[in-house]
Amino acid sequence: MSARGSVASLARRCLATTARPVVRGDFSEITAGDLETFTSILGDPKHVVTDADDLLPFNRDWMNKYEGKSRLALRPKTTEEVSRIMRHCSERNLAVVPQGGNTGLVGGSVPVFDEVVVSMARMDEIRSIDPLAGVMVCQAGCILQHLDETLAREGLMMPLDLGAKGSCHIGGNISTNAGGIRYLRYGSLHGSVLGLEVVLASGEILDVLKPLRKDTTGYDLKQLFIGAEGTLGLVTAAAIHCPPRPKAKNATFLSCDSFPRVLETFRRAKADLGEILSAFEFLDKESLDLATRTFADVKNPLEGSSDGFYVLIETSGSDEAHDAEKLQSFLESSLEAGAITNGAVAQDVTQFRAFWRVREGVPEALNTHGAMYKYDLSVPQAQMYDLVEETRDRVGGMAYTVGYGHLGDGNLHLNCVADAYSDELSSRIEPFVYERTAELGGSVSAEHGLGQMKASCIGYTKSDSAVEMMKLVKRTFDPKGILNPYKVLPSSN
Amino acid sequence: MRVVVGIKRVIDYAAKIRVKPDGSGVDTANVKMSMNPFCEIAVEEAVRLKEKGLAKEVIAVSMGPQASQDTIRTALAMGADRGVHVLTDAKLQPLSIAKLFKSIVQREDPKIVLLGKQAIDDDCNQTGQMLAAIMDWSQGTFASQVAVADCQERVSVTREVDGGLETLSLKLPAVITTDLRLNEPRYATLPNIMKAKKKKIEKLTPEELGVDVSSQIEVLSVREPQARVGGKVLESVDELVDKLKNEAGVL
Repeated sequence: MSARGSVASLARRCLATTARPVVRGDFSEITAGDLETFTSILGDPKHVVTDADDLLPFNRDWMNKYEGKSRLALRPKTTEEVSRIMRHCSERNLAVVPQGGNTGLVGGSVPVFDEVVVSMARMDEIRSIDPLAGVMVCQAGCILQHLDETLAREGLMMPLDLGAKGSCHIGGNISTNAGGIRYLRYGSLHGSVLGLEVVLASGEILDVLKPLRKDTTGYDLKQLFIGAEGTLGLVTAAAIHCPPRPKAKNATFLSCDSFPRVLETFRRAKADLGEILSAFEFLDKESLDLATRTFADVKNPLEGSSDGFYVLIETSGSDEAHDAEKLQSFLESSLEAGAITNGAVAQDVTQFRAFWRVREGVPEALNTHGAMYKYDLSVPQAQMYDLVEETRDRVGGMAYTVGYGHLGDGNLHLNCVADAYSDELSSRIEPFVYERTAELGGSVSAEHGLGQMKASCIGYTKSDSAVEMMKLVKRTFDPKGILNPYKVLPSSN
Repeated sequence: MRVVVGIKRVIDYAAKIRVKPDGSGVDTANVKMSMNPFCEIAVEEAVRLKEKGLAKEVIAVSMGPQASQDTIRTALAMGADRGVHVLTDAKLQPLSIAKLFKSIVQREDPKIVLLGKQAIDDDCNQTGQMLAAIMDWSQGTFASQVAVADCQERVSVTREVDGGLETLSLKLPAVITTDLRLNEPRYATLPNIMKAKKKKIEKLTPEELGVDVSSQIEVLSVREPQARVGGKVLESVDELVDKLKNEAGVL
């Protein structure tokens, strides 16, 4: 049964923001014996965290929206240790939450009850870099920014980039199929991950880590784990294809007086900038104003502009002069055609970073509010802003509504912020946003994943039969259901 | 009045600096180059003087290889009226630059010369002072505020000095060098970038200006600062005392 138009077939309304009554599964509880076993596996009691205060950062998510009640966090260093931990947890029927940088936006990285947190933070070694093949093999706990900086020395770069890069782990990025700001140019992790090493629920180590660009031998198992949010296995190492680092980067910050003009600018950018286009982000005036008034270091590059829409375009290429010329001619023709009303061109790296600071400042500014209703949607580009306006109308003065995102990928970030959550406000936004997205044939989670926030929302985007197949896969890989329970798939009721 | 602004093309402030393996200098191959940040502030100040109606023409001057043209274009896109490019591949030092500026000042007859206080590649902080001296002009360096009097015969310059802020009243013509807090430079926006393409950049050579730019200074070697050794987290005061005594040798 297709999700499009048959929203009425959903058994339950998806109230993603108010606490859903979730019942703790039939898992065991930690005993002193378990602590002893883990301590002997990890070799040092300081890697077995049991103090309530020390556990707070493991239990709480980045948005301060979700808090688990775990009484134990483990910090392994090697795949072997992870394997032994899982073997024990499987034997004892202990639920586990794999945790990377804990920067997820759907509560997928924190416990719901007392699940054991397995933190990959100490698994931060880069095993190898092959500059000719452009392949890097590393452990799952490596921080994205650190990987990128190390690759820079070899003239390479990570194929993805996102605001959380200073804290997020590559293992977490892979488990959530993270998109980010350069997806437009470098594509999905489904393409750039060449191999994975995964520890399964049983403790078995699945090695499909071979860093080959092309390998069509049997079923491509690694694809299952990319985006599985830790529910099918723990990613412990990855082989990533890393593109050459561009020699020339440029950025321009543009203003448009209507959303159709933004779309027109995008069409022109694809045609005129072509192979050098590496990012196309949009933000509405509401997003820009929020960022500039929240942070002193975020300034509108087009000071005094009163237009409703802003676009950040980045180009990456191998020749500074060639790229600058292409960019200039694209800008001039867009200005003449009325697609844009004005634009600032970064003259140095500091200005380049200032433009990106504006874009990155938006989600950070949103996070300073007491209540943040955050939606990450894939919708047809033509209807993208209609959805923002409809939501803004419904919410009225009860919340401040903004729309921004990776326009180039058809990915909208729709947010409503207020001082506090309330049933009335929630009911105005949900399930409307999900229903409308389903009507448009879009996805209720473009890149953030489902986590616990949208664990019963998959029906808006995937058919019942597809969900049944997913449950079959889950049962095959994790028969006891101990990996990141209460997340991603709806509970079978 | 006419205002001359000096701008220098340097390695981008945010770029990572690498020393050439032979120690002869800094590696500039494939490194991003941009306008010196203090020069950017000088251009902004000059354009503001024009916007206030105090300056009728702003001339952006740069000295260096062909690529210095790009930096002049940026200044024009910020609002300068025309550019002067002294084309030379010679390694210029502050005294030569000051002499070149003196020749240009004699041709253009400005009332104010605005320069960055120093360039971020050599950190000399000399050109402005030397120029004022060889022209026998007033100078206000490290300016954090510039106020031209209505009569346009004097300028008040507030300087950031070690002890605080010092305000001078200078008789025009004057050389003013800019410090960080003077202003926040504007971005180059499209209408101005397009107008800039039509603005003139005059090309000159040191010979035409009658200046000998041969180096008085020879750089013997360049090396990176000593690498920082990682810190250590210690477990107790006793361990600290032991390390201070036996490793660092300071007790």
